[in-house]
Amino acid sequence: MLETLKQPWSWYAAGILIGLTVPFLLLVGNKTFGISSSLRHLCAACIPGDVKFFKYDWKKEAWNLFFVGGIAVGAFLAATFLSDPNPIVLAEPTQEYLASKGITDTSHLLPEEIFSWEQLFTIRGLIFFVIGGFLVGFGTRWAGGCTSGHAIMGLSSLQWPSLVATVMFMVGGIIMTWFILPFLLTL
Amino acid sequence: MEKLIQQPPVDNGQSDLATRELDAMCVNESQVQRPWWDNLKYSAWGVLFGIVFFKAEIISWFRIQEMFRFESFHMYGVIGTAVMVGLISVQLIKRLGIKTIQGETVVIPDKTFNKGQIYGGLLFGLGWAITGACPGPLFAQIGAGYSVIIVTFLSAWLGTYVYGVFREKLPH
Repeated sequence: MLETLKQPWSWYAAGILIGLTVPFLLLVGNKTFGISSSLRHLCAACIPGDVKFFKYDWKKEAWNLFFVGGIAVGAFLAATFLSDPNPIVLAEPTQEYLASKGITDTSHLLPEEIFSWEQLFTIRGLIFFVIGGFLVGFGTRWAGGCTSGHAIMGLSSLQWPSLVATVMFMVGGIIMTWFILPFLLTL
Repeated sequence: MEKLIQQPPVDNGQSDLATRELDAMCVNESQVQRPWWDNLKYSAWGVLFGIVFFKAEIISWFRIQEMFRFESFHMYGVIGTAVMVGLISVQLIKRLGIKTIQGETVVIPDKTFNKGQIYGGLLFGLGWAITGACPGPLFAQIGAGYSVIIVTFLSAWLGTYVYGVFREKLPH
């Protein structure tokens, strides 16, 4: 049993569980699913300043922070007790492409060549941590949601603005992956 | 159908709820007051969610690369299944008039279109392909021990803050 759980989980098991978050939140607390809002609530809680966008009673949205806290704990538990010792199995073309860019270490979920403290004060660190993170935080808030709020919750409830947002997420990701990352990975 | 999507109460645009609703996805004014520890049920679901994120390798930068390179079905399968399950659930809740466990009517606020979904969506997409993480996986990556992602997280937090500061000047 434990050995089975340690194998990588299938897309349908993951998809079903993530999809069930929608009715869970609706039925347990009348909440709509969305994760990027947690970053906004952290602003409202810690650094509201004189910004109207952050001047609201964040405690009323505290459930969202409890939820993301749980995500971190769950990932910790899985990494500690259910970790798969084998390297990640990548699609062959992806693996070949990344190897051509010098990314060969597939022993972790994130490539050690990019996502390590040694890279932090390099041009790579600036791009992959600082600029990348900023785009995620700024972009999701401007779009009014991320993959969870728009792609899953929004599409599940047939909201067409969420379809627009989801399409734009994909367009941005494809532009980056095909036209910009090939250059960034050589830096 | 149209009657089944409940609208939140209308207000004058100055209330606390109105501010929270600005561009927000998960805002709801439940009338039922609950103690703080009631929120732990969300943590419990979050724990399950974090385990799934890790075990199905959704938090992997490699999987996001595969997705955007169209070289693996994995992430499309995850998101597609999640949307199908969510869609069926929402339809069942609406059509059968299922109430929350506190007996409230389920409210799903309508999302209104604004240009932010285009510009912001594009920027997030660019960032998603770089970091290999949307906001949820950021928390999971940190929890799973990739401590340097704390920097990415702080940067995302800053990005959200800067958006808030310049919000009025950006096209919506």
